[in-house]
Amino acid sequence: MSDATRHSAPRTSLYTLSPLTKRRNATEKRFKVYGLIAISIGILALLVLLTSIFSNGRSAFMQTYVTLDVLLPAEKLDKNGNRDIEEMKAVSTFGYAPLITNALISRLDEIGFATDLKKKEIGAIVSKEAAAQLRNFVLANPDSLDTTVTFEFLAGGRIDGYMKGRVDHESAALDNKVSPEQLDIVDALIETGSLEKRFNWAFLTAPDASGQRPEAAGLGVAFLGSLYMMVVVLFLALPVGVAASIYLEEFSKQSRLTDIIEVNISNLAAVPSIVYGILGLAIFINFAGLPQSAPIVGGLVLTLMTLPTIIISTRASLKSVPPSIRDAALGVGASKMQTVFHHVLPLAAPGILTGTIIGLAQALGETAPLLLIGMVAFVREYPAGPPEGFFDPASALPVQVYNWTQRADPAFVERASGAIIVLLIFLILMNAVAVLLRRRFERRW
Amino acid sequence: MNDMRFMERAVDTDEIKFSARGVQVYYGDTHAIKDVDVDIQSKTVTAFIGPSGCGKSTFLRCLNRMNDTIDICRVEGDIRLDGEDIYNQKVDPVQLRAKVGMVFQKPNPFPKSIFDNIAYGPRIHGLAASKAELDDIVEKSLRRGAIWDEVKDRLQAPGTGLSGGQQQRLCIARAIATEPEVLLMDEPCSALDPIATAQVEELIDELRTQYSVVIVTHSMQQAARVSQKTAFFHLGNLVEFGETGHIFTNPVDHRTESYITGRIG
Ligand SMILES: Nc1ncnc2c1ncn2[C@@H]1O[C@H](COP(=O)(O)OP(=O)(O)OP(=O)(O)O)[C@@H](O)[C@H]1O
Ligand SMILES: [Mg+2]
Repeated sequence: MSDATRHSAPRTSLYTLSPLTKRRNATEKRFKVYGLIAISIGILALLVLLTSIFSNGRSAFMQTYVTLDVLLPAEKLDKNGNRDIEEMKAVSTFGYAPLITNALISRLDEIGFATDLKKKEIGAIVSKEAAAQLRNFVLANPDSLDTTVTFEFLAGGRIDGYMKGRVDHESAALDNKVSPEQLDIVDALIETGSLEKRFNWAFLTAPDASGQRPEAAGLGVAFLGSLYMMVVVLFLALPVGVAASIYLEEFSKQSRLTDIIEVNISNLAAVPSIVYGILGLAIFINFAGLPQSAPIVGGLVLTLMTLPTIIISTRASLKSVPPSIRDAALGVGASKMQTVFHHVLPLAAPGILTGTIIGLAQALGETAPLLLIGMVAFVREYPAGPPEGFFDPASALPVQVYNWTQRADPAFVERASGAIIVLLIFLILMNAVAVLLRRRFERRW
Repeated sequence: MNDMRFMERAVDTDEIKFSARGVQVYYGDTHAIKDVDVDIQSKTVTAFIGPSGCGKSTFLRCLNRMNDTIDICRVEGDIRLDGEDIYNQKVDPVQLRAKVGMVFQKPNPFPKSIFDNIAYGPRIHGLAASKAELDDIVEKSLRRGAIWDEVKDRLQAPGTGLSGGQQQRLCIARAIATEPEVLLMDEPCSALDPIATAQVEELIDELRTQYSVVIVTHSMQQAARVSQKTAFFHLGNLVEFGETGHIFTNPVDHRTESYITGRIG
């Protein structure tokens, strides 16, 4: 009976699409368009973000320098004439600043540039950092006294701004920190090659500087601090997280207790990071007595924060290893431990790596908990080499960005953007390492 | 079943390898094996037959304690290997599994090279003193697994890149590489063509001279060809157990008769 009805249905050609097929194809096409739109929006947002950061931050990697020949008079810098470093230290940077100003004035005389600016205003073209640089040089090379030495000094923040188009004669007229006449001097110096813009390694290596001298501020201490923290996180969170996951996934019997642990690990992953900061403050600083602002404390806090991420992703990748592999290993008489380490872990390694890198990347960009444990402090001293350095005060890249955006001088805006670029490059490098390692593991099918 | 050619029935020995008494297996609330008593002799091929889901694999996995890996599985009763209770507290299942090898129902080669698949067992049990000895074991095992000719030129290629039937023979070779005393085979020929099947059956027959082999199969012909003893399972019960020739020509239970003549299954 049903056969009969089927046979009586009109015969259809494969060349004409049935209404059902047409509708299905239309839905599919629409879905693809939605997907494309979503991806385009994402790419567009990323492009806007990257262009704004790069256009703001690119200039932080260039800096204006003034080249000057400075005479180092012994009667001023070493009054007792015995080249005793301890006694020479009595002369502060205020004793050195006039030397630079004099050098600049004689340079202007040389090129025949006449100005009626006061001495102090001429000296302001060079950064305040220059006097410290000169003093450090003299203290390190006492023999150079009474000779003329060629130095490259940082130009002042406003002068640097002029070179980068942030300051011009009109805005200088309204600005009490720079005058149009000073800019005229700068133009003259540029022409004679005494003043130029070049790549700014100091931005990557120098420590932070005070709010008055943005031209001298660098990322060195923050970079080291972040690096130290990542080392701590990697060496604590990875083994602890992987060991915990292996135990939970492969060894422990399913029980009430493991259920509770599992739920709590998921909960921990959702705890706001600032809470970990409070926890770190209470446990590591107040209770355990570790120093404030130290990378070890930052690293420990970030480890706590990263652990749940690593555990969750590691367990997921262990779960995805087919059980037949475990059966196969156990079947030839491998122990549980051998099964896990010889067969399961290598297969889960790419997933574990991805989870770890995501965790590390999160930790690298984390700011809030670090503010609470004092890593926001103004640190000019580099932390020492690895073992002790973990206990020395340091800063961190994201905190440095936050710090610079809080400062009044507009020159810090470009530095904050520059720091973001460095942070992003750091992240990209980490991800690249992860991809390379994944390839390594996956090539073994 | 006129193509059945019964094997030489002479069982070389009466020595009992495995003896199971009152074995019960539960998966949670499911009672999968119900009060099974069976004796498996050494130097004998014992076939387990029965309809799908009757508990053949489950019982087989009791013999090398692979069921330990299933959290919800519970085994009761007494299973002895050479007179020693394998579920005794003192027994390390890892040591047991080195003696009782297993070929699984689904081929499961390690995602490593063909060479490493075979060499893994001998390596962890310290069976080879040198690289040359290991090479020797690998070649011998692959030959006995009837796969040597197909893979001898690509021992470093991944084991997972072989065809299903080749993978299964690789798994058989892997299981015999560790020189077990008992070999448990769960449908080893279900993915093999008639030629490879014949080779595996030849291997089983050869293994019988030294080891005891337990084979689960859905093919009556195969059971009849390779085994000396046959056990028929039905819904978790061991319905009938005895000489293969006897079971196939003269079954006592009507369920056995219906199954081997194709009426239940
Ligand atoms: N891991 C498990 N968890 C729960 N129940 C299981 C599990 N493994 C097997 N069972 C149940 O135990 C019973 C016996 O299964 P078993 O795998 O031993 O059957 P079998 O005889 O090997 O079947 P087949 O011939 O299809 O392989 C079945 O009812 C099955 O549903
Ligand atoms: Mg089965």
